[in-house]
Amino acid sequence: MAPPASPYPWLVTDVNTPIAGIPLLVATSIKITVMFGVVMLTVAYTTLAERRISAFIQDRLGPNRVGPFGLLQPIADGLKNLVKEEALPGTASKLYFMLGPMLAMGPALVLFAVIPFAAPLPTPWGVVDMIIADVPIGILYILALSSLGVYGIVIGGWASNNKYAFLGALRASAQMVSYEVALGLSVIVVLMLAGGVTLTEIVWRQQQLGLWFALPLSLGFILFVISAFAETNRLPFDMPEAESELITGFHTEYSAMKFSMFFIAEYAHMLTASALMATLFFGGWDLPGSWDDAFWYQGELIRGFDASGLPVAAAPAVWKTLLTFAGFAAKTGFFLLLYIWVRWTVPRFRYDQVMELGWKVMLPTALAYIMVVATTILVLDELGVSGLAHGLALTAVSAICTVAFVFFLDRGRIIKGAAARHHAVAPEPSAVERETMVGEGATIND
Amino acid sequence: MPEILFFIFAAVAVGGAVGVVVSRSPVASLLFMVATLASTAGIFVLLEAHFLAAIQILVYAGAIMVLFLFVIMLLNLGHDYQRDIRGNVAMIIGFAVTGGIGGLLARQLGGGTAGLETNLGAGDAIDAALREYGAVGAIARPLFTDYVVAFELTGLLLLVAIVGAIALAKKAS
Repeated sequence: MAPPASPYPWLVTDVNTPIAGIPLLVATSIKITVMFGVVMLTVAYTTLAERRISAFIQDRLGPNRVGPFGLLQPIADGLKNLVKEEALPGTASKLYFMLGPMLAMGPALVLFAVIPFAAPLPTPWGVVDMIIADVPIGILYILALSSLGVYGIVIGGWASNNKYAFLGALRASAQMVSYEVALGLSVIVVLMLAGGVTLTEIVWRQQQLGLWFALPLSLGFILFVISAFAETNRLPFDMPEAESELITGFHTEYSAMKFSMFFIAEYAHMLTASALMATLFFGGWDLPGSWDDAFWYQGELIRGFDASGLPVAAAPAVWKTLLTFAGFAAKTGFFLLLYIWVRWTVPRFRYDQVMELGWKVMLPTALAYIMVVATTILVLDELGVSGLAHGLALTAVSAICTVAFVFFLDRGRIIKGAAARHHAVAPEPSAVERETMVGEGATIND
Repeated sequence: MPEILFFIFAAVAVGGAVGVVVSRSPVASLLFMVATLASTAGIFVLLEAHFLAAIQILVYAGAIMVLFLFVIMLLNLGHDYQRDIRGNVAMIIGFAVTGGIGGLLARQLGGGTAGLETNLGAGDAIDAALREYGAVGAIARPLFTDYVVAFELTGLLLLVAIVGAIALAKKAS
């Protein structure tokens, strides 16, 4: 294969060598700094988006006074929280009360390190991967560290020495442990189809398949989205801070910057979950077409394999990196929007419904779906089906599973609201009863 | 650099383990335990056993310890600082066992690490497996080929434990 023409002809270095040594150190430091800034800014502006969109949904204006369209509102909020007086409850355990927000925010901010966010960038010093740390365990790193986020909530709620905060903490620990199981199991189908656990590998497999995994693994995607909503404590799963029941749950006693840290942690988790939905099921930074495909295969950056199975070298370019980053940002932004959209559309579950959904619906469905996908992949491999046909066959099987799942979950077949339960038990009122009810001034349709 | 990190992780692991035993609040004990587990995971990473490290955090620190915390809080043990069953006899037995284990360790390490290194001669094979199958495959392959019977039996044992727990929790009626 002929190496592609170097975009930096004055350099002897082949464009397809990875960056190494001191330049690698510099590049990684830059990536860490920039991504940290991007994550924090996105978090800040997601809070503004949340307020503006909720206002739009409720036919209000929302914050629009600070700067044009209210764009400086997050900065004003941040400043306010920094200079505001911190309230420390007299009966709180001071050490744990301080530790809570730190334990919540720390894990939330390091999660983004293993998510690839653009195609590799060619530089005069070598090709820079657009991922902070491509650790060999990839998605497991995210699952492991996000499972530590619950400590902040639980310790904070417990240390507040307030019954509402405490109830919120208890709910948080039970809910997050429950949905972690479903979350992990819904990721397993992705790992089976991708044949690896690193996110770069998962993106590469989607590029090679020619299909984003949301199609061949549609039910896995639905299960992942539901579990991710529960893991991030967002409506309809915001049991730990259900305002109508627990004031604001685990952070009832927190004010100023400590409250802000819980807030940042929640939105950073949302951002990571959105980026994961985009990466696992919507190709990550991949854009339609094979022009942007890139993967390190035996030390070479390749775009794919030709008909005889030989690797084809990739041609990384700055414009490709920028375009794929825009694609990744758009996908992640869409899922952030979905989070906000769902929050202001769907009412909150009851606590027992959350637990029932987690253990009696999500877990068995995820297990059954793993079996179905594994069997399908095995049969397709035995039949020698590969490439796009493999993906399409899996899409058909998954579509049947998804339709069945949605059918059984719909309209109180498994989870019933209080009203539905009442209707199922209450017999049809007789004519005499109807008369009395009307006589008492009640309407039957109340 | 790895040496410096190793000593940091080792110090936190040992310090956390001591903290688990000496702290009087169960919640503090639990947090020390999490610190110990996390730094052991860090040592696993230094040994390039990334998968073990992830599972250690995911299963022990992220799930089992959270359940412990849940139980401690549900029983409201968190604010109690009373001495429990640590009588003189328990203390003597505890010191004796600790001393015994310490003595064995000292005897083993006193002979230098030469013996350990020959035992770990399989390191090259592990490196090859890591290169070929990746961090997860290197562990999954032997588990599902050479040791599949033991592995499945362990799974069965856990299932029996779960069923037993439910049977115990259910009121006989």
